[in-house]
Amino acid sequence: MCLGVPGKVLDIRDERGTQMATVDFGGVTKDVCLAYTPEAQVGDYTLIHAGFAITMVDEESALKTLELFEELGLLEEELGIPSDVAIVDRGTAAGGARP
Amino acid sequence: MKYLDEFNDPDLAATLFDQIRAVVTRPWAIMEVCGGQTHSIIRNGIDQLLPDEVELIHGPGCPVCVTPLETIDKALEIAARPNVIFCSFGDMLRVPGSHTDLFGVRSRGGDVRVVYSPIDAVAIAEDNPDKQVVFFAIGFETTAPGNAMVAFQARQRNLTNLSLLVSHVLVPPAIEAIASSPTSRVNGFLAAGHVCSVMGTTQYEPLVERYGVPIVVTGFEPLDVLDGIRRTVIQLENGEAYLENAYPRAVNAIGNSPAQAMLEDVFAVTDRKWRGIGMIPQSGWHLSERYADLNAETRFDVADMDVQESDLCRSGEVLQGMLKPNECPAFGKECTPRNPLGATMVSSEGACAAYYQYGRLESARTLPVVESGVARG
Repeated sequence: MCLGVPGKVLDIRDERGTQMATVDFGGVTKDVCLAYTPEAQVGDYTLIHAGFAITMVDEESALKTLELFEELGLLEEELGIPSDVAIVDRGTAAGGARP
Repeated sequence: MKYLDEFNDPDLAATLFDQIRAVVTRPWAIMEVCGGQTHSIIRNGIDQLLPDEVELIHGPGCPVCVTPLETIDKALEIAARPNVIFCSFGDMLRVPGSHTDLFGVRSRGGDVRVVYSPIDAVAIAEDNPDKQVVFFAIGFETTAPGNAMVAFQARQRNLTNLSLLVSHVLVPPAIEAIASSPTSRVNGFLAAGHVCSVMGTTQYEPLVERYGVPIVVTGFEPLDVLDGIRRTVIQLENGEAYLENAYPRAVNAIGNSPAQAMLEDVFAVTDRKWRGIGMIPQSGWHLSERYADLNAETRFDVADMDVQESDLCRSGEVLQGMLKPNECPAFGKECTPRNPLGATMVSSEGACAAYYQYGRLESARTLPVVESGVARG
């Protein structure tokens, strides 16, 4: 029910005061409401849930997360043992309640 | 597909499994709150590949499953009336009410229509001015902005023939109900990523502090789920508990401000009964006073009704993580996706349906009988 799928904005139009878009999901296109991501531009990736873009996909964060996973793998290979706690990426902690 | 394939990479998954194995020294029970995550975990066999110390407990985060039986029965009554077009997400059609389901109403001539997007209901209302159109607005915070748009556009376009049957549920009060329960075994929570895309993460800080449990905001692809588990295990092994975001490509601390403004306008917080669990205070949204005239319950005058839950169904225990689906005696026998006794066997995100779909027909262990539930009332 809370499924969200990343899709690429192909065009943006105004339908009676509501921002709508055609969004491409790897070849399948759908009409999507952009009312909640007014910053979305053609070419951007948004996360779509039940016909609504609920957030932009932050490309930089996606790449950073993948780099972290790669790094964990490389360390594991180089050191011959899985690295541990020391390399947890605190940069993505949500703030507030962390030590 | 971009942003999906990368987070399904098997080599990186192996790395994350290794990391978890290297860190874990003691048994930990981690609850994935969201049904979408349960589905991903069972589909990919993540729970079976984790070290024995890490147990995943499936949470109540399937809105189809927890929509109260009274509300389902009200939906069935409204949908059966002449001159009504009843619009619903497809998942809801097979959810058993006391005596039938929406498919049953449709087979007896009710005009029940499946919508992909909530605003499809607005178009249906505009195309059918001589009918009363009712939209079944269920879901967690993720779905709420889209559902709220139905009310907003009904008002904006002066649609007098459109109303909403609202039964929204909220994640933080559910986590609180579980964390505060004396019977809870949960050591840490994976919070539902897309709920946080809308609402941000700050709502979870008081829960971390009050209950001393790690909460890690987690996505849905296999690598996302594994990273959420990895981060939770590391916190637990270090004796720490803080709020962490393992899904930064879709979640930030503040969430989606335009969506939150719409939710603030259209909805107001209310006590909500969760099917199989019971009343959880302040755990739902209903229409705000400004939109109260769009409430289908008053428009169609459906009063509280006598409801009849299946005697065999133990979905309440499944929803609270006290029973694995295949430990229920009715699982796969009296209860199947074609003939569900409870809502957890209906939605693809219900734990029972996920276990059935991916062939988890045998229980891995025998569980003691569970005696009491969370916040029943």
